[in-house]
Amino acid sequence: MTVLEKFYQRDIRALSRIISFVENREEGYRQLLGELYRMVGHGLRIGITGPPGAGKSTLVNRLVHRFVADGKTVAVIAVDPTSPFSGGALLGDRVRMQEFPAAEQVYFRSMATRGATGGLAAATDNIAVVMEAFGYDVVLIETVGVGQVELDIIDACDTVVVTLVPESGDAVQAMKAGLMEISDVMVINKADRPGSENLIDELKSALHLQKRDPDAWQIPIIATEGINDKNIDLLYEKILEHDAFTRNNGRFDAHRREQIKKKIINILRNRFQREFLDTLAGQVSFEQIVDDIYYGRQNPFQVGEDLYDAFGRK
Amino acid sequence: MAEKIRVLLAKPGLDGHDRGIKVIAAAFRDAGMEVIYTGLRQTPPMIVDAAIQEDVDAIGVSILSGAHMTLFPAILKEMKEKGAGDIILFGGGIVPDEEIKELEALGVAKVFTPGAPTEESIRFLREAVGKKKSDEKIM
Ligand SMILES: Nc1nc2c(ncn2[C@@H]2O[C@H](COP(=O)(O)OP(=O)(O)O)[C@@H](O)[C@H]2O)c(=O)[nH]1
Ligand SMILES: [Mg+2]
Repeated sequence: MTVLEKFYQRDIRALSRIISFVENREEGYRQLLGELYRMVGHGLRIGITGPPGAGKSTLVNRLVHRFVADGKTVAVIAVDPTSPFSGGALLGDRVRMQEFPAAEQVYFRSMATRGATGGLAAATDNIAVVMEAFGYDVVLIETVGVGQVELDIIDACDTVVVTLVPESGDAVQAMKAGLMEISDVMVINKADRPGSENLIDELKSALHLQKRDPDAWQIPIIATEGINDKNIDLLYEKILEHDAFTRNNGRFDAHRREQIKKKIINILRNRFQREFLDTLAGQVSFEQIVDDIYYGRQNPFQVGEDLYDAFGRK
Repeated sequence: MAEKIRVLLAKPGLDGHDRGIKVIAAAFRDAGMEVIYTGLRQTPPMIVDAAIQEDVDAIGVSILSGAHMTLFPAILKEMKEKGAGDIILFGGGIVPDEEIKELEALGVAKVFTPGAPTEESIRFLREAVGKKKSDEKIM
């Protein structure tokens, strides 16, 4: 029996193997994804982003239990950074996951960024496809949490939760970082600490200042205490509300369609880039070109034009 | 693309020191591996379930409580039952030579005793994973 056949029989080891197969881009992974893509419906994909230590994993753990209590099956992807020096990674989000039921109900997978910089790994959205195809109702994605704003999450999820803490700074910083634009739900976690009310007030008035369509979704700001399980029910409710709201007003569909378009462009860009660089590698000495530029005999802009004219026009 | 070695590190049993295992985790990461750290007080079923979900090549456990002769076999049993017998199990602990032989006969790939340099475990892991072959067909 092939691994895919076992996958169709809901074998957890097969699911794990196929996730690795896709993550490692092993020979044939695109064909396999194409196969699985047909089985993917419009399940809920939730992203949790925010700075390191804000409590993302803690909240993920809490939310998973809410979904389970509602009879839903959940798959989690937690992304942590790959070290640019060694290529290795320390994936520690599992530590916060407590008392999970069997993998058929809650599946958890750690992923390293492997060089990607937008808060997710390059393969994260593909892994979400695999998980949905396996049958999980909900996919929860925790971003790395080291970048300024981790925009990849918008293209991988339907509902984005931005998590801040009282120490995160003032609302102006949050605005500058573009956090308002990517949030569907804002969380101030660690509300047990001083400063959370202040930050919430500031964020509320900042949100007021932004021009908004009155029919648009009003971003809720929720104070939570992840470790004390405080206000998690409210967070859970708001996530479901956002989901229902966007599904009713067509926003969900529009967003998914936009994601599909970006995906195609992305696939094409990668393909062209790979092929072009492969062609160049066989015929051009980069060392020589770099020498020419470094010693002033050439410039990068002209070289770009020349290489494109010579090898790029087909 | 060369596949990355993925290894799960866990600390079964009740002793609450995780310094040692964190040092190993950092050393493995610096050697280019993806290390999944699961924290303290993991039971054998939790360890094996996590290893399966994370699709790791190897499980490394640190057992300083002296319970190695029950914990290692319990993990091996769990692995077999869940069809994960191909994952490499290794570990560290204060284990006398005769018991190391016994454990290795049972299927533990390697037991390191305190003081063994991390380079040794890195070398061991690379070799052991390199030898692992899979003939499974995906599609
Ligand atoms: N004081 C306080 N600490 C919290 C709260 N929620 C989480 N933490 C702690 O914050 C630390 C980081 O949490 P974690 O979930 O790993 O953050 P992540 O890096 O965003 O995933 C942990 O030590 C948590 O126990 C909270 O509501 N209040
Ligand atoms: Mg985390």
